[in-house]
Amino acid sequence: MQRQRPDLPSNDKRWKLVNATMRRNGYAEHALIEALHSVQDAFGFLDEEAMTFVADSLDLPLSKVYGVATFYHLFMLKPQGRHACVVCTGTACYIKGAGGLIDGIRQHFDVAPGETTEDKALSVLTARCVGACGLAPAVVLDGSLVGKLGAEQLIERISREIAE
Amino acid sequence: MNLDDLEELAVKYREEQGETDREVRVCVATACHSSGAPAVIEALEAAGAEPAADGARRCKVKGVGCMGLCSVGPMVAVAEPGADLRESDLYKSVTADDAAEIMASARSTDDATVERLHCPNDMPFFTRQRWIVRENSGIVDPDSFRGYVAVGGYAAMVQALSEMTPQEVINEISTSGLRGRGGGGYPTGLKWSTVAKMPAEQKYVICNADEGDPGAFMDRAILESDPHRVLEGMAIAAYAIGANKGYIYIRAEYPLAVERLKTAIRKAKRSGFLGNHICETQFNFDIEIRLGAGAFVCGEETALMASVEGGRGHPTPRPPYPAESGLWGRPTLINNVETFANIAPIVSNGGAWFAGIGTEKSKGTKVFALAGNILNGGLIEVDMGMTLREIIFDIGGGIPEGKAFKAVQTGGPSGGCVPDAHLDIGVDYDSLKTLGTMMGSGGMIVMDETSSMVDVARYFMEFCMTESCGKCVPCRTGTYQMHGLLDKIARADATHADLALLEELCEVVQATSLCGLGQTAPNPVLSTLRYFREEYEEKLAGSR
Amino acid sequence: MPRTPPATQVRVVTLTIDGQALSAREDETIIEVCRENKIPIPSLCWMDGLSIVGACRLCVVEMAGSPRLSAACSTRVAEGMQITTNSERLQRYRRTLVEMLFAERNHVCSVCVSNGHCELQWLAQTCGVDHVRMPYRNHAYDVDSSHEMFRVDHNRCVLCTRCVRVCDEIEGAHTWDVMGRGSDCKVITDLARPWGDSDTCTSCGKCVQVCPTGALVKQGTSVGEMVKDQQFLPILARRRHIR
Repeated sequence: MQRQRPDLPSNDKRWKLVNATMRRNGYAEHALIEALHSVQDAFGFLDEEAMTFVADSLDLPLSKVYGVATFYHLFMLKPQGRHACVVCTGTACYIKGAGGLIDGIRQHFDVAPGETTEDKALSVLTARCVGACGLAPAVVLDGSLVGKLGAEQLIERISREIAE
Repeated sequence: MNLDDLEELAVKYREEQGETDREVRVCVATACHSSGAPAVIEALEAAGAEPAADGARRCKVKGVGCMGLCSVGPMVAVAEPGADLRESDLYKSVTADDAAEIMASARSTDDATVERLHCPNDMPFFTRQRWIVRENSGIVDPDSFRGYVAVGGYAAMVQALSEMTPQEVINEISTSGLRGRGGGGYPTGLKWSTVAKMPAEQKYVICNADEGDPGAFMDRAILESDPHRVLEGMAIAAYAIGANKGYIYIRAEYPLAVERLKTAIRKAKRSGFLGNHICETQFNFDIEIRLGAGAFVCGEETALMASVEGGRGHPTPRPPYPAESGLWGRPTLINNVETFANIAPIVSNGGAWFAGIGTEKSKGTKVFALAGNILNGGLIEVDMGMTLREIIFDIGGGIPEGKAFKAVQTGGPSGGCVPDAHLDIGVDYDSLKTLGTMMGSGGMIVMDETSSMVDVARYFMEFCMTESCGKCVPCRTGTYQMHGLLDKIARADATHADLALLEELCEVVQATSLCGLGQTAPNPVLSTLRYFREEYEEKLAGSR
Repeated sequence: MPRTPPATQVRVVTLTIDGQALSAREDETIIEVCRENKIPIPSLCWMDGLSIVGACRLCVVEMAGSPRLSAACSTRVAEGMQITTNSERLQRYRRTLVEMLFAERNHVCSVCVSNGHCELQWLAQTCGVDHVRMPYRNHAYDVDSSHEMFRVDHNRCVLCTRCVRVCDEIEGAHTWDVMGRGSDCKVITDLARPWGDSDTCTSCGKCVQVCPTGALVKQGTSVGEMVKDQQFLPILARRRHIR
């Protein structure tokens, strides 16, 4: 029985990117994680519309898609802030004071790891070792890695990014 | 294609590189990359474009892989083509402003160096290493297929395909005594021959690049520095076991390594070194990349395969082992990055050569990531059997700021802490186990006297608690309870009964958990209790 | 005319369980042999007719010659195996595991609709759990009564995933799955929406019947009234298998 694939949810061109990823994998079940990656790359997070579209396209149960999306820490189910600060909490960074960075950010921007500031300017996340132990404590700020910063320098750096 | 044809190709590529007297190599692996290496390259190229004096040496700027000393990046090496790190003028903490000066000294025919940036190449950090896995790191351009072939790359694969039967390849690997570098230390030859013997139409090779141990970045550096080496190892494995499809499961946290791998796969395919009829033989092998999404447990073989299949990364009971029923129920060979990176030299030089290095039961070298309170943080590759003291104090340069050494943590969240009294033990799979820790993937975090061992144990338990997949009861609930108890102890709120319960939970979780994550989660607690019990007891109520 | 016996590939092996010599088909698992021979061995996630997950670890046994414990549900028998199912050590481990399950969610038997008919309660009794030594997590979970016939109370869930498996493997709906990771795991319907809103649920009630505790129950039941009927499962599973 040939199954009808769902239409793209809207005219938004980003859906074509998501669809292309699934097509490249022959709409196979095992393309689920790849598909969710491409949704997140395109939209910044996974909402119900996107998860339903992926589930329908790959002929997967909704609960399975939701289960996978919430299993992996990189997938975000909420919209993220304009800037993202990922604090590495690997062992080397822990030893060299990653906790201080998180506390500093919390105090200055009033935002805890996993959350976004009210004005949607900044999302703070933690990572389990970004593998840059030579630069401990390491932080990934908007995709670029910065290392060996103290809490004050980091806050100054983030403030500068937000101001720009 | 045979070895002579490949050598011809290598000669051609070497000639193409042109007449160069000296290479100015800039490390472009993650640490140096984010410390400003791209700007340094740009500035060096600009300086190199300036007209040189008559008789000056001809210099070429080149982005290369990791040189090891990540804590003082960006690193630059000035060397004659083909020379290794020990034969180079090394510079540390280079900025774009230093480029003109470095280029001038590289061009000059006297052997002057830029003193203020100079990093001695005869320090133990460099002289005490032996580079097998990392022999091309810091020398070849990781994005250049031709550069890899020019230094003899793919010769092992061509040799295997044109001169050896699959069984002969497996025999060499077995003779070498190579053991899995991901942590378990399972004999690689045995694993290969098990998968090879499975009667099946379809088999898979998986490269486990889900390097999850915090404080470990060996695999990332290998992939960023010499990706073709890993592809070559995988292709040889596929030939040996009879697979035609491979996957590299890599963490999404390693974007640079992913890019380099993609480039390497594309270029290898275009040149006929991957894909159908590799090197004009009947052998077909294709490699796909699968991105992880932030789950430590996916480093466990069965969880990794569940993730490649697109599901939640849940481990499944073994047996059946992946060798029998793995990806989509097919026989599957899973090795980690460093294991695959060892394959080509073993095939080229013979298993006996490899077996001559290392200790009785652990052969070859091991790459370690040195981090924490240590002077020379970075990546090293040393013979198995070197003592922890030599690694930390000779190569690593000891503890900075005049502080005293307290413990070294190996094996990540599955390992333990080794105190000063045991530093003279030679490092191999078995010796570390007797100390209550394990080799793991090779992370070594050095801690000075200011570190609290209870805090360290709590840190690792928090890691295991948040990384537990939640499938089996002892790991899901046990790590939560143990973390609560450790937290209570750290806050000095606990009683002797709490400590006794913690020890009991350690035993239960270790014995009953479904997969390695849970079975080893108590190790950091058990090892710190073994060597630093007084730190726990000092914090108990009634003991003060 | 004599009938030819059905050709069989499966061999029979002999093994020892708790000193008792037994024979078994080589495709059987240890737990199946134990059940056949009335050797009591506690289990929670295992269920005849569902796939094996090996998650609760209550059925771990000792095997002579192996330093590690093996889960009886996921280990096949083999010739000459010597198995111990009930040593002092195993009893201690099982007691701790059951305690951990109690401490994980908010299990209060006296006010539970499944009181007296609950597998977790039976486990506590058979394993000799008389008190829980570790602190309850005391995390408040919601109760979803949106379904017209059934109710899910996450405070009483033990994450055995029987509901997930029966819904996927027997009913074929796959309405249930597990979300999150570690202690945050929770069973969900569809995109973690209220059960009553589910488009995929067929209201067949199989999940309710296989649930070992009072987590999945019929609406309108009061303390101690919820009695589960699991007879259907092996029959359905066998018929599905034959087809």
